[in-house]
Amino acid sequence: MIAGTRRRRSAVTTVRYVLLVGAAIVLALPFAYMVSTSLKAHSLLLEYPPRLIPSDPTLDNYVQAWGANNFGRYFLNSTFVAIATTAGTVLLASMMAYGFARFRFPGKGVLFGMVVVGLTIPTMMLIIPQFLLAKDLGLLNSLPGLIPFYVGTQIAFSTFLLRAFFEQIPGELDEAMLIDGGGAWRRYWNLAVPLSRPALATVAIFTFLGSWDEFVWALTVINDVSQRTLPIGIALFRGQHGTSWGLVFAASVIAVLPVIVVYVVFQRHLVAGLTNGALKS
Amino acid sequence: MATTTPTLGPLARVTARGAGRRPAGSSRRRAGLAGLAFIVPGFALYLLIIGYPAVQSLLISLRDYQITPGAVSPWIGLDNYVRAFGDPVLGRSFVNAAVYMATTVPTQMLIGLGLAVLLDTVLPGRTLFRVLFYLPVVTSWVIVSLLFQYLFATDHGVVNWFLVDVVGAVDQPVNWLGQRWTAMAAVGALGVWKGVGWSMLIFLAALTGVPRELHEAAALDGAGALRRFRFVTIPFIRGTTVTVLILLVIGGFNVFTSVLLMTGGGPLDQTQVPLTYMYRQAFEYLDFGYGSAVSFLLTSLVLVVAGLQYWLARRSAADGAA
Repeated sequence: MIAGTRRRRSAVTTVRYVLLVGAAIVLALPFAYMVSTSLKAHSLLLEYPPRLIPSDPTLDNYVQAWGANNFGRYFLNSTFVAIATTAGTVLLASMMAYGFARFRFPGKGVLFGMVVVGLTIPTMMLIIPQFLLAKDLGLLNSLPGLIPFYVGTQIAFSTFLLRAFFEQIPGELDEAMLIDGGGAWRRYWNLAVPLSRPALATVAIFTFLGSWDEFVWALTVINDVSQRTLPIGIALFRGQHGTSWGLVFAASVIAVLPVIVVYVVFQRHLVAGLTNGALKS
Repeated sequence: MATTTPTLGPLARVTARGAGRRPAGSSRRRAGLAGLAFIVPGFALYLLIIGYPAVQSLLISLRDYQITPGAVSPWIGLDNYVRAFGDPVLGRSFVNAAVYMATTVPTQMLIGLGLAVLLDTVLPGRTLFRVLFYLPVVTSWVIVSLLFQYLFATDHGVVNWFLVDVVGAVDQPVNWLGQRWTAMAAVGALGVWKGVGWSMLIFLAALTGVPRELHEAAALDGAGALRRFRFVTIPFIRGTTVTVLILLVIGGFNVFTSVLLMTGGGPLDQTQVPLTYMYRQAFEYLDFGYGSAVSFLLTSLVLVVAGLQYWLARRSAADGAA
């Protein structure tokens, strides 16, 4: 019976929504509680029972967090490092991917194999020798010194994603440009790069988020207050202010906002990049 | 980067023999040189930042490494490894990581698959749910670790309030982060909460790829939704399931920031995981040699486990096909 099927369909849809909304609430609650805590006056932090909706919301924590302890400085530092890392990774990885995708030369398989091996080595495993390397290169305790290490750790994954994309560009386009007298660089810059904007955007977003959030390496190599990045600043907020969780979470919200904006605006690219990478196997 | 979404592991199957398209041109040699020129800048940086340290990691682990300038770092062979195998704290850290994996990996996969199945249909608000579920994944480990430390606080913590005053499951507030297994439970809860969105997304992409005709044909044969899920969907997404499994296991071995910030490995090293222990050896005790040995052991274990899982999956896939 058609009516029966339809009724069953709508019942299934209702169950779907109930489960999805339930899951969404559970997943969103910690965030909601973080925002709520950031809006509570210090005196209300220890209220019991805890309230999800602050009784007397205030922006004091935000004002204080932004003004206190070089937080603005950390924000600018992180912005600088994330943008420089993104630019460097996109340029170097796309060149490398183009070389692997569009040329033939001896040893290419071996070189690309080395890039793929790099995908399997977890970054944290190399932190000791990388620390010693940074020391030898005089890059300890330096904000710009973070950049080559961030680019180096992101480059394998980015190259891997981009190579697959470049390989899909039809060879006839290359040949047409060759006949027009276009050199290798022109074919890369005027043909491959413009055609690959979505893939490049994916890599750019991953790299930006990765370096914006990076914590362990910066924690390990940076000592100077003036060179710190945002994640370090936030982690240290906890210690300095005892249990001023309102401040900690106000700072966290400020740090997480750019991430959410980038993610929501570009989420299609992110999804494409993630699933392409993972499902290619 | 250790703190972000897991990158693609060995799954990024070794497609090393790339199908390089041959550019039509008279001088193939020159074209080859041009190709190299594209690769050299990035590859040199990669060798410096990843390749050289990877080799150094092994060499340092064979030394009694001295960080002080001018000091000699004598070669001590496998002493650091011998010490590692007799180190009870390191053993405990591996047990903790294993428990973390055994609990968080299946949970993430089941919930992730469940959410993906719920979203695998035409549904108003689908993108909204997807974006929402993925939000914890893109949020930095630092922030969510501090957040969960706050949620699991003994006094005034929201979790304890819920358990004591709302449900009445316990009489006394639990000292979550002060004891080994409750602390690992809190760290695990964070891992699952932060990770389900990622599994969901990967499974969702795989489900989208299941051909509609297969489902329709099975339905015509009288298979109900559950049977279709079992005999059409599950076999079809087997490859993805293995991918997710391996990447989550690697992620589990790599648990670090949450433990460092929530418990610091304490109390009394009860909640150490291999990476927090390695980090402490190196950057607190300045024992770089021993730290390197620990990280080399962990890397080997990760690669062996990942390889084993991959091999088993391929074998069972081959059996299924035969």
